[in-house]
Amino acid sequence: MDFGFGIAPSSSINLDKVDLSLYRKVKEVEPDIERCMACGSCSATCPAAKFSGMSVRKVILGLQRGQQKEVRKMLSNCMLCGKCNMVCPRGINTRHLILSVCRYFDMKEEQK
Amino acid sequence: MKENIVIIGGGAAGLEAAYQLLTLGYTPIIIEKSGHLGGHLYDWNRLFPDMTPAKQVAKAMMERVKDANIFLNTEIISIDKKDDAYAIVLNNGISISCTAVLVTTGFQLFDAHKKEEYGYGIYDHVITNKDLEGWFNGNKDRRVDDKDGLKAVGFVHCVGSRDIKAGNSQCSKVCCITAIKQAIEMKEKYPDAEVYCFYMDLRMFGKKYEDFYINGQKDHGIHFIRGRVSEVSENIDGKVIVKAEDTLNGKPIKVTLDLLVLMAGIVCNSDTAKLASALKLPTDTDGFLKSKDNVLNIIESPKEGIFYAGACTGPKTVPETVAEARAAALAIHNHINSHKSWTSDSE
Repeated sequence: MDFGFGIAPSSSINLDKVDLSLYRKVKEVEPDIERCMACGSCSATCPAAKFSGMSVRKVILGLQRGQQKEVRKMLSNCMLCGKCNMVCPRGINTRHLILSVCRYFDMKEEQK
Repeated sequence: MKENIVIIGGGAAGLEAAYQLLTLGYTPIIIEKSGHLGGHLYDWNRLFPDMTPAKQVAKAMMERVKDANIFLNTEIISIDKKDDAYAIVLNNGISISCTAVLVTTGFQLFDAHKKEEYGYGIYDHVITNKDLEGWFNGNKDRRVDDKDGLKAVGFVHCVGSRDIKAGNSQCSKVCCITAIKQAIEMKEKYPDAEVYCFYMDLRMFGKKYEDFYINGQKDHGIHFIRGRVSEVSENIDGKVIVKAEDTLNGKPIKVTLDLLVLMAGIVCNSDTAKLASALKLPTDTDGFLKSKDNVLNIIESPKEGIFYAGACTGPKTVPETVAEARAAALAIHNHINSHKSWTSDSE
């Protein structure tokens, strides 16, 4: 029966249930991921950000909050130009980090 | 009392310590490399939190040290430990033997030219916090083009601080409140101007700082944008274009400005490095002089007879500097007394 309304899935993040396995794996090879202070320099300078919503800052935060789907979508828009690498005030090798995260997504794909 | 005490640096810390030492009966010697006393107070216009004129503060401090021996335009050529004393040779040919040395060499502002992406020295309307204070003091500055008033002004926080690539990972501590103070001063001059502060974190740690923040928002309508400016450019009209990410909104943001003010951070005075190597004084991991203990004994160096006060051990406000200078004066007094009793015991 259609009552004319539906329930949208909850957008809240439940840290008790969040899957952080990917974040932990990435952290092993990219320990600098923990240095991010979310200043947004990377996203401000990103040539893809305006059109696609790509943002290294959001990728890192997404990994820390277990939002793997969103992270994956954002990364598909990265052109690997490395501008974010140049502006990061904490010296994170963002380009390398992006490649590492992509590698994990590829590995998951192969397992399927 | 005939014990010589040498104070290196005639800024806020040096002047306050000299005054306290005079009160205790000593005649300290102040060595100042520039042609005037007062240090950075000399270049500043008004001080938070009560908007006290910096010149007035500097003048009051200078008047109290008239009886000290003051050497202006003077630099130290050599400083060596000789038994229990320090032998200092100055560039004017004078040699001094002293029981205690107080280092009050302070800070210098990060050279904003080094952050090329912000366009200081490249674009026509980009200045620093210090340049703006000079302009408030009445200095002419062609970069501040206010013929028709200013319609849009931006402040970039953390220029050369919290920035590993700029060689300074530390927070300069006082720029947050300085930026808000200057933003409010701009709004007072040009109430119709849009004023933007680009910040990463706002650290309102001091007395009444939070009030500045609230006044800035509520009474002056200053726009606070959480995002570090990534690059600055100039349009064909010579206006400044600033790009950042509005991180709270998650979107890239762009704004055109008549004037951009860079909040140059605080780094250790480069002259301090020379002194530190001559005396083998260690540098702490933050690039400033390392104290004997960062909790209980920030005003003593690890070397006997050498004391610190003010921003040579890290970024500090004027009241913090003044408090340390007083503490250092007392520590020097105690050092000289213990030294005396030790020598008289052994006789």
